[in-house]
Order: sequence, then structure tokens, then C-alpha cells
Amino acid sequence: MKNLGLIFDIKRFSIHDGPGIRTTVFFKGCPLSCAWCHNPESISAEPLDVFHPSLCIKCGRCSEGCFSGARETVGRWISAPELLAEIEKDIPFYMESGGGVTFSGGEPLLQHAFLREILSLCADRGISTAVDTSGYASWNSFESILEFPDLILFDVKHIDPVKHLEYTEVDNRLILSNLSKLISSGCNVIVRVLVAKGFNDDRKSLDDIASYLERFKKLKRVEPVKCHAYASVKYTDLGLDPGDFVPSEKSMDLFKDILSARGLEGG
Amino acid sequence: MTERVRRLRAESLSEVPRISAERASLLTDFYLSDTCAGLPVPEQRAMAFSYILENKTVYIGAGELIAGEKGPAPKAVPTYPELCCHSFEDLRVLDSREKIPYRVPPEVFRIYGEKIIPFWQGRTIREEILSSMTSSWLDAYNAGVFTEFMEQRSPGHTVLDDKIYNRGFADFITQAESRLGLECDQLKQAELRAMIISMKAVIRFAERHGEKALVLAEAQTDKVRASELRRIASTCFHVPRNAPRTFAEALQYYWFVHLGITLELNPWDSFCPGKLDQHLFPFFSAETDAGTLTRDSAFELLECFWIKFNNQPAPPKVGVTAAESSTYTDFTQINLGGVTPDGLDGVNEVTFLLLDVIEEMRLLQPSSSIQVSTLNPDSFVLRAAEIIRTGFGQPSVFNTEMVIAEMLRQGKTLADARMGGTSGCVETGAFGRENYSLTGYFNLTKILEIALHRGFDRRTGKQLGPSIEGFNSYDELFSGFASQLQHFIEVKIEGNRKIEELYSRYMPAPFLSCMIDDCIDKGLDYHSGGARYDTSYIQGVGLGTITDSLSSLKTHVFDEKTISMDEMLLILKSDFQGEERTRQLFLNHTPRYGNDDDAADSIMKSVFMTFFNAVDGIPNTRGGYYRINMLPTTCHVYFGSVTGATPDGRHAGKPLSEGISPVQGADRKGPTAVLCSAAKLDHSLTGGTLLNQRFTPEILSSDEGMSKLVHLIRAYFRMGGHHIQFNVIDSETLERARKHPEEFRDLIVRVAGYSDYFCDLSSALQSEIISRTAHGEL
Repeated sequence: MKNLGLIFDIKRFSIHDGPGIRTTVFFKGCPLSCAWCHNPESISAEPLDVFHPSLCIKCGRCSEGCFSGARETVGRWISAPELLAEIEKDIPFYMESGGGVTFSGGEPLLQHAFLREILSLCADRGISTAVDTSGYASWNSFESILEFPDLILFDVKHIDPVKHLEYTEVDNRLILSNLSKLISSGCNVIVRVLVAKGFNDDRKSLDDIASYLERFKKLKRVEPVKCHAYASVKYTDLGLDPGDFVPSEKSMDLFKDILSARGLEGG
Repeated sequence: MTERVRRLRAESLSEVPRISAERASLLTDFYLSDTCAGLPVPEQRAMAFSYILENKTVYIGAGELIAGEKGPAPKAVPTYPELCCHSFEDLRVLDSREKIPYRVPPEVFRIYGEKIIPFWQGRTIREEILSSMTSSWLDAYNAGVFTEFMEQRSPGHTVLDDKIYNRGFADFITQAESRLGLECDQLKQAELRAMIISMKAVIRFAERHGEKALVLAEAQTDKVRASELRRIASTCFHVPRNAPRTFAEALQYYWFVHLGITLELNPWDSFCPGKLDQHLFPFFSAETDAGTLTRDSAFELLECFWIKFNNQPAPPKVGVTAAESSTYTDFTQINLGGVTPDGLDGVNEVTFLLLDVIEEMRLLQPSSSIQVSTLNPDSFVLRAAEIIRTGFGQPSVFNTEMVIAEMLRQGKTLADARMGGTSGCVETGAFGRENYSLTGYFNLTKILEIALHRGFDRRTGKQLGPSIEGFNSYDELFSGFASQLQHFIEVKIEGNRKIEELYSRYMPAPFLSCMIDDCIDKGLDYHSGGARYDTSYIQGVGLGTITDSLSSLKTHVFDEKTISMDEMLLILKSDFQGEERTRQLFLNHTPRYGNDDDAADSIMKSVFMTFFNAVDGIPNTRGGYYRINMLPTTCHVYFGSVTGATPDGRHAGKPLSEGISPVQGADRKGPTAVLCSAAKLDHSLTGGTLLNQRFTPEILSSDEGMSKLVHLIRAYFRMGGHHIQFNVIDSETLERARKHPEEFRDLIVRVAGYSDYFCDLSSALQSEIISRTAHGEL
């Protein structure tokens, strides 16, 4: 049977997910349920029907098909060669900028067989690849893809396992152990730390993260990422409370200072 | 910015554009005096030109370093009644309209009433043109199928090369005289004599500025200013008679040429110095080495030069309505970078100096562009990108290699192509040796509408095109469109030919001819085939709208058959009344241009090739050829206003897409997809294409974002794009500016090929700009 992957978006001219101009492919399905998740519709590992009230023209003919985009199925199955064709479209931009493709999610490693297949196709075409992961996946699945990506973008959210569990619904020990293994296996890793208000924007949490990361001599770069409020409409569309996780600029600056005091390149 | 520049710039910005009757009045006096009776037309024109320059006000403003104004003072705009004569009603509208007004002093009303209107009414080129057009031309024109550039402004879309920087007019006169000595043809003799008269007139005009400067110096108590005035005087006595020796003389020389050419006639589009960085570099480098010029003093001179352009609002139109949108911009476009005539990196120290000037001046005029070659350093593109980021739409960005490829395809030599560049909005030309005129915008979408109604225009109620039957297949529909297009191109070009002949016979431009090779050598006027290369352009408008409309017809009527052709026509006629659901189907479930989707992009290519094949290579009457380019200026708004609802889901009367940009909001896959779609068009077959992109300021706020912008530009050019330009502004700011214009008076945005004050734009154009997709908005 043909191996299909479930994705929910392909974003071209993505410029915050690795070097150069990139295409980011968002895999659907995620083991975490972060309270601030920017793509709540991506968490379930199957296609999901969503409704966007702002696009509805109230024609009353939903059953005949929606044309305005108000009713939408998030997630589609795609084969690796089809996905490659989409990725290849921006090759001139990757070449010019030193960019490539980033596989993000959701959690791409949930679909590690498909991920391995598309990574391998990209490698054959000379397209540079990155994998953006929550880190919450079996080490076996990491191992199965490790020969391919030029870069791993690895999320570290909190060092305190209790707090991590409370806000993401998973324990962080697997994540931290995977990070350690990845770095010692010689992978090119950038750690990204999403700073969210009330979760990890206090001095102690940020300090703990920095001091934890400091031990990895081979880790070159830690990128603070500010939690934003762009996703709030998605929550209201899903009938959920978006909460307020946007940290202050002061917390972001504090974190940058903490990182640079420990000799970790930030920014 | 020095104190002097700060003051001159502030004056230029606050001065209100107003109409001056000086030129019109002198011209009328000259023709009333009968001094030229019986002489051949070129000599009459040259003598009239000479009379104007000998008698017009000489203006040297307090503190100015560059002398001379087109009108009697900054922003006092001359008129050209021999081309088109303003009526009382025109003057009243111009004086009182809310946007882009031109104040008309009572004195001007009086002179127009007593002298100018009585003399010129019935004798203008405009009346001659409109009366010699056929009824099919007039019907198509009134229906909004095409516009006509030359009914109010003379052809003259050209740019200067390097010829004035190493030769004086004395030398050009000698050339013309020796050519005259060998000439037997009487018409050519008259033309050559006219050229000589006109060059002497400009020399004399410069000397009058020298005399004025000396008088001002005598009366000046400030010794520093007195010595500046004496230096201005010695410059004006030296150039243009002789080749310039210094940086300051080079600028002043160009400025006299500019004034001469834009006072002789009002050519489209405003003449400009072209590759100014390359022209000025030898003077800059020799003088800074010798210690007679510092970077600061060169900078100040350039800023004074910049302000002179801003002092010249575009000549106001006649037959205007109060609602009609307009602009003060006259499309000067100074080129930076690119390559040298011998094919080397053209970026030099003056390039960066000029970029600093552009950033600090932040003026509508002159506009500026960077010509980006693979040979140019990234530091040059990055510096320009920093200015683009400040959000006033300048400089625009061109692909040197493609511009050269376009000219080579048109048959120009490599050396001439390298001396060329872009002007106006995006038009390619061989500087100093080509007459390239835009002749009119062409409403591709309207033609599809007419084709869908078998040649009939519903708005004017007239049968305009052939009545072609049958829409049994998409191919049949498309070939119907192609036949209508062919028909209207023929109508347009038939009209153009008459207009070309009228200008050749009645409106020679001997002074402009001296500046463009090979008019002197051929003894032929610029309007009669004197230029080495001669190109007439027709500009296609609405490529995105027609592509999406055809795609919608193909998808929904022919492929999926969800709707019949008759139903489609009824829905369009009703402007989607009660059919919002169907409109959403067209908008959201049709392959649309700008998403790198071959299903839509292949339609774009067939429309483009049909237009190209209908126009390219048709001879004009000056020994040159018709070519196409793809740019709208603001015409996509006018063309939209005369075009009914379209199958892409566009409501009746709404603007069409602009340039080769996608329909506003149709591009949903980001800027790289837009560029991939746009690059599928073969730009080398055009004389310019225009692509607008809007970015949010946030995306370009970091150095990384800036370098990604440079990569985006370089990649698009590698794929063969001609031009790209950017608005860096978020929708929220634009909305606020629309609601509170008083707080955003100085907000400048890129329209299409030029920048303008947002608050001066018509509300339709404001909405159109806001509706463009902004990359980076989430």
C-alpha cells in the first residue's frame, strides 16, 4: 500500500523556521496538547472539520457543499512524491537564499515512516531539510530519520516535569533525553524555547532552562520564541478559550540576557 | 540635511501647485505676431521655443544651488495650448477639486479668456486628433476598451544618455551645421535649421540665468551667498555651450536640457537623466581627488537637484472631471546601478551617495529605481532594501539582465542595450537613442466582456466588435476573445498612425531631437523617425482579472458544467445579486493566477501570447515597431469602472488587477508562489512588466528579513522577472490613513510604477491598495 502522510498546511516563504527562504510542511497529529497551541486544529491525528463563522455567508445550503470557505476540513492525505512536487516549486528561492524545507507540525515524528520517505526524496533532489519537533517521540523514530535532515529544530518548553505535564499534558523526561541523545549523536540542533506567560516567563523557569542547556557544549544556538496571540480566532472558531499567554517584551529581554550570560547565542 | 536643503525642501513641499499662463501667453504672442509666417513648421516651432525662452521669467530662488524653473517660480505649472487648450470649465475644476487641485489665479482666468482660448480653440492637436478618428475608434475609446496618450501630451517618452557630459551645445551645433551643408532635401534643411535655433535658444536661456545671478550677487549683502551666486553665474555662462568641467556644472547642464525639453512640449513621460550615478562618477572622483569637492558638498548639490524635480508637478489635463483621479507625479525615474556600457558592474560611490539622497529627501519626484545585475554587490541591493523598508515605495527594482535581453530581442545592439534602462513606470528603452512612446492602455478584461456578448458593449449599448457566434467549448470561447482582441488592436493602431502623422507634421520637437541620436545625422525630427530606434507601446491591463475570469469560465461552465453559459451571463448582468454563493464558488474554487498553479498560469500565458502576437512587430509610421508592455499606472481603476461583473467573482465597476500582479487577494500561497506564477510569462517579449508586492513592516524588521527580501528579488530575477516593487505597510495603517487623512498627510505609497501621497489617491484606488494581499499578515 502506498504510504500516505497526513498534513494540514504547506506554507511557502516561511522565514522563521530555519535558514533562508523555506517551505514549511505541517504534519497533522501531535502527542502534546499545549495550552497555547497555535494550531489547535492540528492536534488530532485525523482530518478535522472546522467552521469559521467570519467567512460564513449564511446561504443555508451547507449540505450541498460550502463555497465560502467557512466549513473546511483540516488535514489531507498526500503521497511523498506529491508532496515533493509542492516542495520543489520554490527551489530557485532555496538556492538563492540557502533555504530549504522544514517539516513541522503537529509532530512530524508521529509519522516517522512517511517523514523518512519525504526526507530521503528531498535529499535525492539536493533540497536542504529541517525537522521541527516537540521532541516527544520514541528514540527509535528519531533514529530512523537521523541520517537525513541538515537541521533539527528542537522545542524545549520547561525543565520542571510537573509544570510541563500541567501545560502540555506530557512529561518532559523523554524530550530531554532525546535532546541529549541527538546532540551527542552529532546532529545539527537548534533549541527553540517558546516563552509563554504564566508558564515559563518567570526568572527561575528561564534560568533553569538556560542552565540545563548550558551543559551541551555542542549546542550552538538557542532561539527564544515569543508566544503570540494570532491563533486566538482559531480557538473561538473551535468554541475554546484562547487564554492569554503572550509574554511581555521584558521577559523576552530577560531571557536573552540569561542566555547570553551563559554563553548561549540567542535571538 | 543642511539648513539650506531643509528650507528648500520644506518650501517645495508646502508650495501649492498652480497654473501659470506665462508659456501659453508667450506662445500665443509669438504666433499672433506673424514673425514666422511662411516658414516651414519646424522653424516656426523652434522660433516659438526661442521666443518663450528669451522672454520667460528667470528664477533663482534664495539659497538655491541649481538655477532655473519651468514656470516663473516653483510649482507654477506651464500649459501647452497648442496640444490641448484648457477651457474655463477645466480651469474651474482644477482650481476647486478636492484631490490634486491646481490653483488658478484670477489673472490666469483673464489671460485665458482674452487671449489663449480665443486663439487656440479649434487649432489644437487634441481637436485635430479627435476629429480625425473613425467612429469605431471613438466608440471603442468611449467604451473604455483603450485610452489614448497623445491627445493631451506629446510623444517623447525617452531618457538622456551620457552625451552631454563630454560635449557642449557648441559642438552639437557644429555637427548640425556641417550636416546642413550637405543636405539637399528642403524639409530636412528646415529641421536642421530648427535644431540649431533651438540649441542657441537654450544657450541663451542659460546665459540669462547667469546674468540674473550676477545681478542678485551685486545686491547680496551676505558674502557667502554672493560668492555662490557668482559661481552659479559662471556655470550658466559655461554650460550648456561647453562641456561641463565640474560636478556642479554637470548637474546644471542637465537641468537646462530638462527645462528645454519639457518647455518645448510636454512629453510623456517626464524626461530624465537616466544612469545618473554613472554619468556623475567621473566628475565626483576627479574633483574629490583634487580636493575641490567633498562628499558633503556633492550631497548638498544633489539634494538641491532633487528638489528641482519636485518643483515640477505634471501638466494638468483638460476635459477633466472633478472625480477623476490624477497625480502630480510626472514619472521621472532616475536609474542606479546596473552595468556600464562595457558590461561591468555599474555600482560606484555616487550610487550610494544617491541612495542616501533618496532616503533623506523622501520626495515623490524624482522617482528612482535600482537596476540589479548579477554583477552588482549585495551591499547595493541591501542598502536599497533599507530604503524600501521605510515604506514610500522607492526605489523600484529592475532586472538588468532581463532589460538588456528585451532590448536585444527588439534588435538593439548590445552597447545600446547596456546604455539603456527603464523609465516612466517600468518601460525599457535605449537611453539617448530611442523614441519609445506609450500610446495607450488596453483593457483586456473589457474585451473578454465584449467577446462574451458577441461584440456588443452593454454599457454604451453599441456593437463594437465582430458578432462572433458560438461558445460550444472553451477553445471556441478563447478564439472568440482572440478575434475581438485582434479587431480592437487594429482599431487602436489605425488611430495611432494618424496621430503619429499629426505630430510629425505639426508638432516637431527640434530641441528634443538634438538630444536623441541619430536625429541630427539623419536630419529628421524625433517625431518623424529621427531616433535610431523607434518603438510604440500598447500596455495591457487586467492580466490577473482576465486570467481568473477565463479560468472560472473554463472550470465552471465547460469542465465541471456546474453552470451554463446563459446562466453565467445572467449572473454577471445582475452583478451577482442573490448569487453570493455562486460568487464564492468562483472566488474560492477556481484555479487563480498568482498561486503557482499551472491550470491558471497556462491561461495567463495564452492571454499574454495572444496579446503579444496581435501587436508585436507591426510597423509604426516612423520606421519603428509596435510592442507590448504590461503596466496600468492608475488605469486599472478606470478600466474597472467601465467593466461589468466578471466571472472571477469581481463586482461590476471594481478595479481590475494591476500590472502583472494577481487579482487583489487571489494569491494565497505567499510571495514565492506569486513570483513563480509571474515568471511563467516570457518577460523578454515585453518592454516592461509591473509587479507589486505588499509586505508588512514586521517581516522586514530584522536584518534577516532584509536579506530574505534581497534573496526574493534575486531569485525572481534569476527566473526572468523584469521588475518588482514593494509597499511596506500594514493594512491597519492604511485604514487609519483613509479615516483620518489629516494625520497621514505625508504617507507615501506605491501605486503602480510610481509613488503618491495616499491621501491624494481616489477612494477607489485607496481601497484597491488596501485589498492587495499583504505578505506577512497572519
